Amino acid sequence: MKRKITLKINGKIYSHEVEPRMLLIHYLREIAGFTGPHVGCETSLCGACTVSVDGKAVKSCTMFAVQADAREVLTIEGLATDGKLSSIQEAFWNEHALQCGFCTPGMIMASRQLLERNPHPTEPEIRHGLEGNLCRCTGYQHIVNAVQAAAKAGA
Amino acid sequence: MATTITQTESLVGKRIRRKEDPRLITGTATYVEDIQMPGMHHAAILRSPHAAARIRSIDIQKALSHPGVVAVFTGADVEGVGPVPCGASLPGLRVPAHSVLARDRVYFVGHPVAVVVATDRYIAADALDLIEVDYEPAQAVADPEKALEPGAPAVHPEWPDNIAFTYHQQGGEPDQAFAQAEVVVKQRMTSQRLIPTAMETRGVVAEYRGVEKQLTLYSSTQIPHLMRTLVAQMLGLAENRLRVITPEVGGGFGSKLNVYAEEALMGFVAMKIGKPVKWIESRRENFQCTIHGRGHVDYYEIAAKKDGTVLGLKLKLIQDLGAYHQLLTPAIPTLSVLMMPGLYKFRNVSADIVGVFTNCVPTDAYRGAGRPEATHGVERMMDLLAAELRMDPAELRLKNFIGADEFPYATATGLSYDSGDYAAPLKKAMEVADYNGLRQEQAKAREAGRLMGIGIATYGEICAFGPSPATPAGGWESATVKIEPSGQVTVMTGTSPHGQGEETTFAQIVADELGVPLDDVVVIHGDTAIVQYGIGTFGSRATAVGGPALFYALQSLKEKIRKFGEVLLESDDVTFSGGLCICNKSGRTVELAKVAGASYRALKLPPNTEPGLVATYFWEPPNFAFPFGAHIVVTEVDRDTGQVEVKRYVAVDDCGRIINPLLVEGQIHGGVIQGLGQALYEQAVYDENGQLVTGELTDYAIPKATMAPRIETDHTVTPSPVNPLGVKGVGEAGTIGCSPAVVNSVVDALSSFGVRHIDMPLTPEKLWRLMQAGGRA
Repeated sequence: MKRKITLKINGKIYSHEVEPRMLLIHYLREIAGFTGPHVGCETSLCGACTVSVDGKAVKSCTMFAVQADAREVLTIEGLATDGKLSSIQEAFWNEHALQCGFCTPGMIMASRQLLERNPHPTEPEIRHGLEGNLCRCTGYQHIVNAVQAAAKAGA
Repeated sequence: MATTITQTESLVGKRIRRKEDPRLITGTATYVEDIQMPGMHHAAILRSPHAAARIRSIDIQKALSHPGVVAVFTGADVEGVGPVPCGASLPGLRVPAHSVLARDRVYFVGHPVAVVVATDRYIAADALDLIEVDYEPAQAVADPEKALEPGAPAVHPEWPDNIAFTYHQQGGEPDQAFAQAEVVVKQRMTSQRLIPTAMETRGVVAEYRGVEKQLTLYSSTQIPHLMRTLVAQMLGLAENRLRVITPEVGGGFGSKLNVYAEEALMGFVAMKIGKPVKWIESRRENFQCTIHGRGHVDYYEIAAKKDGTVLGLKLKLIQDLGAYHQLLTPAIPTLSVLMMPGLYKFRNVSADIVGVFTNCVPTDAYRGAGRPEATHGVERMMDLLAAELRMDPAELRLKNFIGADEFPYATATGLSYDSGDYAAPLKKAMEVADYNGLRQEQAKAREAGRLMGIGIATYGEICAFGPSPATPAGGWESATVKIEPSGQVTVMTGTSPHGQGEETTFAQIVADELGVPLDDVVVIHGDTAIVQYGIGTFGSRATAVGGPALFYALQSLKEKIRKFGEVLLESDDVTFSGGLCICNKSGRTVELAKVAGASYRALKLPPNTEPGLVATYFWEPPNFAFPFGAHIVVTEVDRDTGQVEVKRYVAVDDCGRIINPLLVEGQIHGGVIQGLGQALYEQAVYDENGQLVTGELTDYAIPKATMAPRIETDHTVTPSPVNPLGVKGVGEAGTIGCSPAVVNSVVDALSSFGVRHIDMPLTPEKLWRLMQAGGRA
């Protein structure tokens, strides 16, 4: 029943036999060992599991691992290069855009896509762009501030 | 000898970004679900689909023979496991037996019935479907007022009615005050059931080493030490054979201030199968089985003179308890009673609580825990009184505040408010919001047919829990400070931060006291094998009670450092300041790292002094602390749709001295938006059969980024005299101030329809219907 998948995660090739029903988030976390993306709801509402698949932000709890075969996945662990944080990570830190941190990996990945599509978003555009990612701690204001700061820094 | 004394800049009071964050923004933090162990098994729990039913039989054979399943346990297997604990006690309290797995009956939807253990999480989930339970459904009751009616189904058939307790508290002469009153206003109001919804659900990993008789539980909790004491009792383990570790915890808001069935259950499973086991709560389980908050029906009466002077306040409080008592369930409404007078000079109050069992998941502490309900009550009543007297709500409040010169103030409910200047934040908020300008704008808006509202709420809250005699499990907090031989500092706090940022704020305190760089301080928490006993993080207590414990531990260390400095500088006149021991006669100095090294090398010890630089302090607070503040909210209601738009939100809070303004802002923002969730969006809905209708995030609306307004924050600073840091606590303030401010604003917006009161949440449908009915609900 198991199927072999080969994909690139954060720049490296991974190859495993997986059950067709295995969700991408479970593959990333439990097989490939990337526990940065989190499971918050299993219903694609909270966005804590957001990763990038072929450059598009995807809620990895609603995608099967086999659907990621031959694709390129970027998780939060792949954002910093040579120990240097990306400007969005840096902005989240500076602006206190996180408290418990559970939603943060998904929130950062969603922010990254938002800024790729719209490098200078207005506040309503930021809030709209992050509507698929829930945070229960911050009230979102510092997250919005962080995205604005990252935009200014040219993320 | 020339000496340069480097006076390090004070870090307390600075906006410092958090030490916690690098691991969290890189995805390298470890939450419970991230833990993997060799041979680890996965548990899944079968839960009742019925709110009330007798279990005729359970057949586990098919599940047991499913490939990959190693064990299935039911209620009959766990008879040796003690009951899920309730730490609260009230006179005459009925405490139902609360087994970790259902025995012969289920009492709410989601009640755990069986646990499957398998080699893989998918197999465990599959096997749940293979367990056959024969239920005989019974009539359920989910509404607390219906549960009080004669002939209501008995939630616990062993008792004739659903009353778990009644509780009366009185101060002054309320009947006399009401008899003398010139105005009495009455209002029924509800504070609806809410689902805390921490983004990380609960989870447990249990590992048992049989030869050592040593059980380790990794749990997403706010109270590792209390959990260790209580779970050890449940499992019949020696307390020192149980280690509880809280790895990264993804939010709690009170929902993890508890000991749940699953913690003991996973310990039991690990001991039975001899392998590590992991259980991670699904979101649906989280909504069905983790405690809910609020759940009040309140009947208020306020008595006043015609000039607005308040005379008395009465409350009948019906508390929906759910089917069982969790750790603090019955105690929560008593906190509402303590805080019912709010910031005002009510000398005559009375309150009667009825705690009611329903076929729902238990209620317990959720951000604010009893105080949001109380503040909502008194602040709504002040607005109702203002409307009755045609007074400005700000003027009515300013008239009745406890005066700044009246502290400490003994309330009619038996508390001693520590310090305050209650008019100050209200005046500041009015200035920031331009209150008079807003009223003019409102008059114009009304002329133009727009429904603009201005809402004020002021709040006081009891926090920094708390003096031990007033708490169920001790209200002190602990800290150990170790200065390592090379001079770096390790702090072990008995609090259990999970987002609040004490790894940073505590390091700021240490850096100031010892004159060391922030980076030289590491704060450790949440491991009972490493950290001395502590109480935990809840009730806005971590900085307000854990902070002073740290402060006093540092004071005793500083004295010890000074003594070692005397030895090293061969002087009897030495002070320790800015990281240096200084001989006041010669001006010679020795730095902390050298003193630390010498203290462990111990070639020469000061008189009556042990080697090393380690100090532990358990601090017992002499009183609670009472933060306060004022929120002003401008709303506009869409006449056609009933949609509420928050146009402005001004929050002026006084949480005493501020350690880190950046983090305090974060707490206020998050708290306000949780309060806004209650005011506008959230409600846990059970149908008449006790089914949880809002069982997923699809149906339960926590605020999204688009639903949250920008908040303008400001502060007044009134230090608390209760502790040496002057801090008061800020974790719950935003939530407590928000819901009445929003509802007052929307009621104000709809006042032209004759609307006096609206129960939360203020959904568009509810407001639209009110407008269609001309203000009559």
